[in-house]
Formats: sequence, structure tokens, C-alpha cells
Amino acid sequence: MATTEIGGLTKKDFVSDQEVRWCPGCGDYSILAAVQAVLPSLDIPREKYAFISGIGCSSRFPYYMNTYGFHTIHGRAPAVATGLKIARPELSVWVITGDGDALSIGGNHFIHLLRRNVDLKVLLFNNRIYGLTKGQYSPTSEVGKKTKSSPDGTVGSPFNPIALALGAGATFVARTVDVYPQHLKEILGRAARHRGTAFVEIYQNCNIFNDGAFKSITEKEIRNDAQVELLHGKPLVFGKNKDRGIRLADNGLEVVSIAGGDSPDLMVHDESRDNPSLAFELAQMEHPRQPIPIGVFRAVERPTFDREMNDQIARQIAERSPGDLDQLLNEGDVWDV
Amino acid sequence: MSANVETLERVVVRFAGDSGDGMQVTGNQFTNTAALFGNDVSTFPDYPAEIRAPAGSLPGVSGFQINFASLDIDTPGDEPDVLVAMNPAALKVNLSDLRPNGILIVSSDSFEEQDLKLAGYKSNPLTDHTLDGYRTIQVPLTTLTRRALEGLDMSRKSIDRCKNFFALGIMYYLYNRSLETTEKWLQKYFEKKPEVIEANRRALRGGYAYCEAVHLFQTTYQVDPAQLPPGRYRNISGNTALALGLLAASRQAKLDLFLASYPITPASDVLHTLSMYKRFGLFAFQAEDEIAAVCSAIGASYGGKIGVTATSGPGMALKTEGMGLAVMAELPLVIINMQRGGPSTGLPTKTEQADLFQAVLGRNGESPIPVVAASTPGDCFWVALEAVRLAIRFMTPVILLSDGYLANGAEPWPIPKAKDLPPIPVSFRTDVEGFHPYQRDPETLARPWAVPGTPGLEHRIGGLEKQNVTGNVNYEPANHELMVRLRNEKVANIANFIPEASVDGPASGKLLIVGWGSTRGAIRGAIRQLAAEGIAPAHVHLRHLHPFPRNLGEILKRYETVLVPELNLGQLAFLLRARFLVNARTLSKVQGKPFKSSEIADAVRAVWKE
Repeated sequence: MATTEIGGLTKKDFVSDQEVRWCPGCGDYSILAAVQAVLPSLDIPREKYAFISGIGCSSRFPYYMNTYGFHTIHGRAPAVATGLKIARPELSVWVITGDGDALSIGGNHFIHLLRRNVDLKVLLFNNRIYGLTKGQYSPTSEVGKKTKSSPDGTVGSPFNPIALALGAGATFVARTVDVYPQHLKEILGRAARHRGTAFVEIYQNCNIFNDGAFKSITEKEIRNDAQVELLHGKPLVFGKNKDRGIRLADNGLEVVSIAGGDSPDLMVHDESRDNPSLAFELAQMEHPRQPIPIGVFRAVERPTFDREMNDQIARQIAERSPGDLDQLLNEGDVWDV
Repeated sequence: MSANVETLERVVVRFAGDSGDGMQVTGNQFTNTAALFGNDVSTFPDYPAEIRAPAGSLPGVSGFQINFASLDIDTPGDEPDVLVAMNPAALKVNLSDLRPNGILIVSSDSFEEQDLKLAGYKSNPLTDHTLDGYRTIQVPLTTLTRRALEGLDMSRKSIDRCKNFFALGIMYYLYNRSLETTEKWLQKYFEKKPEVIEANRRALRGGYAYCEAVHLFQTTYQVDPAQLPPGRYRNISGNTALALGLLAASRQAKLDLFLASYPITPASDVLHTLSMYKRFGLFAFQAEDEIAAVCSAIGASYGGKIGVTATSGPGMALKTEGMGLAVMAELPLVIINMQRGGPSTGLPTKTEQADLFQAVLGRNGESPIPVVAASTPGDCFWVALEAVRLAIRFMTPVILLSDGYLANGAEPWPIPKAKDLPPIPVSFRTDVEGFHPYQRDPETLARPWAVPGTPGLEHRIGGLEKQNVTGNVNYEPANHELMVRLRNEKVANIANFIPEASVDGPASGKLLIVGWGSTRGAIRGAIRQLAAEGIAPAHVHLRHLHPFPRNLGEILKRYETVLVPELNLGQLAFLLRARFLVNARTLSKVQGKPFKSSEIADAVRAVWKE
């Protein structure tokens, strides 16, 4: 069996022969392009990639990747991918999901995946709406949102996917945006290299059912003021003129001005902190009161579930020798007739 | 040993007590001793869904029935010859089953006023005439056990917990059994608790010695070894046999097994058992829910392992969408359903066969899945091998039906040799030339198994309708019909790769009994009973329920009447009628209990007279 030439792969090698069928202008296109651009740089042969998805617009993703792919059922991609990764730990397995798929119908699998730290890459396309079923509110839709299924506005708070992931014990948690190709690629590369579940929330615009959902933080003129980029080891500074920062005050994070050379003790971002409480504080920041963080909230090392399961088997075989069926069948009390 | 020893061919004993009284362990010990002695045995553990219902209450009664014999037996027996009742509640629940003039051993110092009240007795059955018509032996078990354990540094509670072994000692005396098997078990099981070994051994020996000292029985009994076919045997429960069958299948296919389950009664034992055998290259994954269990097993099968999930009725309901995905993706998968009383949570610890429709028909869309069923505890081993064989050969999910009765019941099992097991050939697709994900094998109609990691075979599958051959998403009307028919034909075609149905008894005539699953023993028992009366129905017992064996239709038409005993309201009969246009009649029972042979014999007699 020959393996594919690793070095020679290009973006083209990851483009399947299927016509992409997302709506023109959908944010999914740029995410697809970014993934296809990042994979050739990872030194992994093409046949080792598997893309597993659930149901929803984003979940059509595997059909467009010239890798192994499995478009499964609503919400269950983490479960299918967990089985695959345990069975084939040498594969690079990616879960493609959306806000409804991961956080509503698949919520249970999502939190348990993060708790277990299976070595999977999870890309959650968050557009805060159900697109494929034509515009119902999702578990990330903002309070009061009027949709087909909430003509009087939604009641009940949405999930904050980053906070949820941190709460579930995720070892890698990041946020990026569909319209920032460079940042997107950078974060995807980081996620791919993380050992353990790498969770990436991608703000993704649905230009048909929820157009401009993230406009207030991503528009060119305002984005520097509406966002803060998390950079490991760097103070949290933002603003077009880098004139504001984030400080850890007694009652949480606060925005302070650093104009005029003032440099109060700004919070220095440490993604490797074992305790996730500061990452959780960052996850709570909300526009317009505070800037929205993008980048890596948390990246820590923990044993991976798939590796540990395989290690247990290897240990049993090493300690007790491989199983012998005849011996097993004759275990316990036997008698001859 | 008493002066009189009478030899019997078969005896049915039932131990009954509170769910904390250790009746299951007592029954298992008695069974192992009988099996090692060489008797044929068949058991029926019957316990409540509550781990510990209020002590002494009727819902808390736990029972264990064993039939042991010097001849071939098929069931745990219709009615006990001996009942051991540890308290008034156990007496009340079980007395009506004891045969007239049967032996009743009661723990007489557990009949205080409060005990009687809990059991709903208005007067004391030991002194009123409730027990007339039985050979009642009152033994103050608690008092005697305390005396036997005197001097041990143990709490009163721990001491009283040993009274089941005092009762076991009595039963060993009554049937002239050696204490050796149980004493060895105590040594092994409580290796690290010498005080527990000592206490239980004293209780066991105490019970035995007590019988001798007070001449408790005028006659004791002997049941000679049975004439089983030569070979090496062990006593095996259905769930153990099933777990071993899966391991054997994994060995025969030279593929690792991936078992994913969510805890559920009565299927959890399969997960427990297999979790101990990682050295066989076995992945035992306790999933977060039933859906994750089936889906992770699908993921493992996609990755080239044998994906298996084991559950019971409510879990099956949750796995339904996952099974549909496996049908569409055409991946091997084994789904095991330990049927229990339903619907909904139903009767978690009681047996039933009411999930046949669910297995054969219960999915959205035209969604054919082969269905196989085990018929005895030992048969679970062979059916597990068959399920894996079909799943791999035909690239399909397969449903294996067992039930609570088989899962926990036990029988002597001739141990097969690994080298004699049937092979399960597996071929992964590696050839890039001419590869298409949905190109079918002309003989089996199976698609290729192309596992992620194989260079050059990168492809996409999923739950959306597939284009024939390429597997690409396709919504064309004609293609959909073609694919629906192909999936259906693939499963129907399995009938050409399974054994034909075989008839026990006359090849044609008045009556054919068609059974499936765990009713086999009761049906065979009924036929034995009827032979003496000159009534000779034929019997076909089905292992394959979808598709049916290809000669079944022709067999059914050779008899005037077809009778189908089922622990449901007539699901197999419905399928036989629908498929073969025969007048199949139903003998129904849905009480959470298996058939008695006598119930089936009565139904046959009624038909015979017509």
C-alpha cells in the first residue's frame, strides 16, 4: 500500500468533485477555503483525514472535501467521530457542526466529547439561526430575536459556546470569524496541532436568514474597537489606536484607557493556565459594553481519551498476554461427560 | 445421611426471599453444584426492578428457580417441587406456584407480627390452614444461623446475612450434594475477606449438620447425572454466552470488537463481561447515552472494527435513527436487544418478546435490517457469531434479539473448540482501480468496506440518498426507487445464505408449532409431555426472523394448523400471515414470565381436539 506523498499536497488536492451548494455569499465558503488551505501544511497524508458532520448547512461540508467523509445524523457527529477516533487513533478526525447541531440536538454528545478530551477537531459554525430548515431561532440566538418560530421574540437565554466548552472541561477553546481568512487559518492550524479535543467557534454569517448577525463587531471601521485579540503572553490591548486595554479588577474584567502612555496593570493573556476561570471571564465579555475576544482562550495538555483506551488494551495484552479463546471458554468450573 | 434415599429423575426448586436475602447467589450455588455433579440444569432468576424494595414487602421478593435432572430438560420447570421461603412476603408471592403436596421450607423466625403485616397476612400462615396440602418444614433460620456463627467478631446484621447459606446447607442435605463446589467458590470469591468465608462456611455446614442432628427429613433424594452428549461442559448464562460469542466472532474475523453501551437492565452484563477482556483487543465504551452508543459503534465500524451495541427495549427506541444511518451507509453493525416487558420503561427485570415488530419494521423509510434471535442461554453464543457473520458479509446492521429470560437464565453448555468455529472472512477494499463506494458484489449485493486511512479511496458517505454506484448525494426519483429496491433485495437475498428451517416431528399433518427465541424450551417440554398422550405436533424454531429461511413458506403449507406461542400479542404470527397468507394462530402470554410447558401443551390439546 503506497501512501500519498505528504509534501506534495496542495489546496487543490482537498477539493472534491462535488459542486458546492451553499447559498451564494454564505460564510461557509470562506471556512471551506481556509480548511482546504490549511490541511496541506500539516504533514498528514490525505487518506488520514476524516471529516464527520451532523445535519445542517455546515454539515454538508464533508461532501466538498476530497478526504474521507461521513455526513451522519443530527447532533451525533461527535459520537460517530469518537468511535472512529478510538478505532483509528492514527487518523486526523474533524467534526463539522453548527449551533443547532452541536448545542441543541447534540448538546449531550458535545459536552461529553469535551469532558473526555477525544483527539478531535471541532469546528462549530455559529450563525445563530437554523438555516437549512429556513430560519428558526437557535440556542445561540440573542434574547428577543424575532424569527419564524418566535414571531414575538425569543425568551430564554442563549448558550455562550465558549463558556459552555470551558465549563465542560475543553482543553482547547478558540473563536474566529468567517471573514478573517488569515486569523481563521491561523486558528485552524493551532486546533489541528492540539492534542485533544480542539473546539473552535467560528462566527459565520448566514446572509439569507440572519444576515449581519456579527456585523456590529466585524465591520472594517469598527472591528478594532469591538474586538480584542487574545495573544498568548501579551497584554490585552485593543482599539484602532491601541489605546484601550483589559484589566482584572476586583469584580471582574474592566476596560481601561491606556491613552497618553498610561499603562495600568493590564491582564496578560495566558492560554495555558490550568484553571479556566480567567478564560471563563474572557468568554463573558459582551459587545458593546466590552470588546469580543477572538483567538485562543485556552490550550492545555491532558491525556486524550482515544489514546488512553488504546493504552489500556495494550497494557492488558502486555501484562496478561493476548487473550486465548479456548482458555476463556473453559474458564471457571467445567466438567467432562 | 438419612436412612431413606429416594432417586428422582427431576426436581424443581425455587428459592424465594427478600431482595437483600441473597437468593440469586444461593440459586447460582445450587445450580453450579448440580451442574458439576452432571445434572442437566435450567434456571430462571426472577428479581424485582428495585435494588432493595422495602424489606419484607411483596414487591421486594426475589426468586431463583432451578430445574435439575438426570434426563434431558428444556426449561426451569413449570411448578416447583420445593419452595424455600425466607419470609412471609416470599411465601405469599410464591406459594400458589408450589405443586400440591410439595415441600415447603420456611424460615419460621421471620414470621413476627410486623413481617406478617408487611406481607399483608391477616393471620399467621404457619398456624392457620394456609399451608395445608404442603409438606411444610419450619426452620428457625435466623436463630440457628446466629448460633452457628457464635463467637465470630461480626455485627448482628452481617451474621443474619448468612442465613441464606444455612438454607443452602439444608438443601444440599436434602439432595445429597457435596458442599465442595460452594466452599471452593467462597474461598475464591471472598479471597480477601477470610471472616466472610468463615461465616458462610459455618452457616453452610451448620445447615447441613442441623438436618442430620434433628432428622429433619425422613427421606432425602438423589438425582443422578444426566446422559448428556460427551464433551466438556460449563454452566453458562445467556449474557455470558453472548459476550463470549462476540469475542469468538472477533477472533474468527481477525478484527477488533468495539462494544458501545449505555447501562440498561438486563443488558449491562454484556458490557461488564466484555470490559474484562481488553486483552482480546476489545474496546468497551460506556457511552453518554443510547444514541451515542449506537453512533460510536457505527463510527468504529466505519473505521474497520466490528461495531456492536447492546441494550434493551427503551434503548432500542433511542437507537432507531442510528440504525437507519447504518442501513443507508451500509456498514456492518450488530445491535443487541435484551427484550424486557414494555412499552416505555415497562418491566425492566421481566422477560417479554414484544420487540419483534420494532426490530423488523420499526424505522422510518424502507429500512430493512436482518434479525436473528437466540433460543437458549447457550445458543446466545452461536447467534452472536451468526450476527457478526451476516453484518460483515452483507455490509449491514443486524439486530440480535435475546430477552431477560435468556440473559439471566443458565444451562449446561458443551464448550466448543476455537478451531472448530466457522470462519468469518473479511476483505477491506484497498484496490484503487475501479473503486466506487456503492458498487456491489454481484453475489451478496454488499458494497466494499473502504476504511479511512486507505490511500486513494477517499470518499464520502452519509444519510442522504446515494446515487447508485458512485455514492454521491442524489435526489432523482428513479435513483431513489432503485436504491430502495437494492437495499431491500440485499437483505432479502440473505435467505440464500442461511440454513433452511428444519422440522422436528412429522413432516406434515395436523399441527405445526412455530416458535422463535426463548420459547424453545417450553415448546419442546410441551411436546415431550404430549408424546405420552399420542399427540405429536411438529415444531419449527426460527433463528432467522428477517429474512425468513427460504423454505419456511412451503413448510407452513404442509400443516392444517400453525400455532405460534409468543410472549407478545401475536407479532410473529402477524408477520407469517402477512408474508405467507397462512392461518397462523397465536398463543399469547404477556405477564413478564416465560411460558410454562403445560400452557403450551394445553393449547396444543385444544387444537388437537378440533
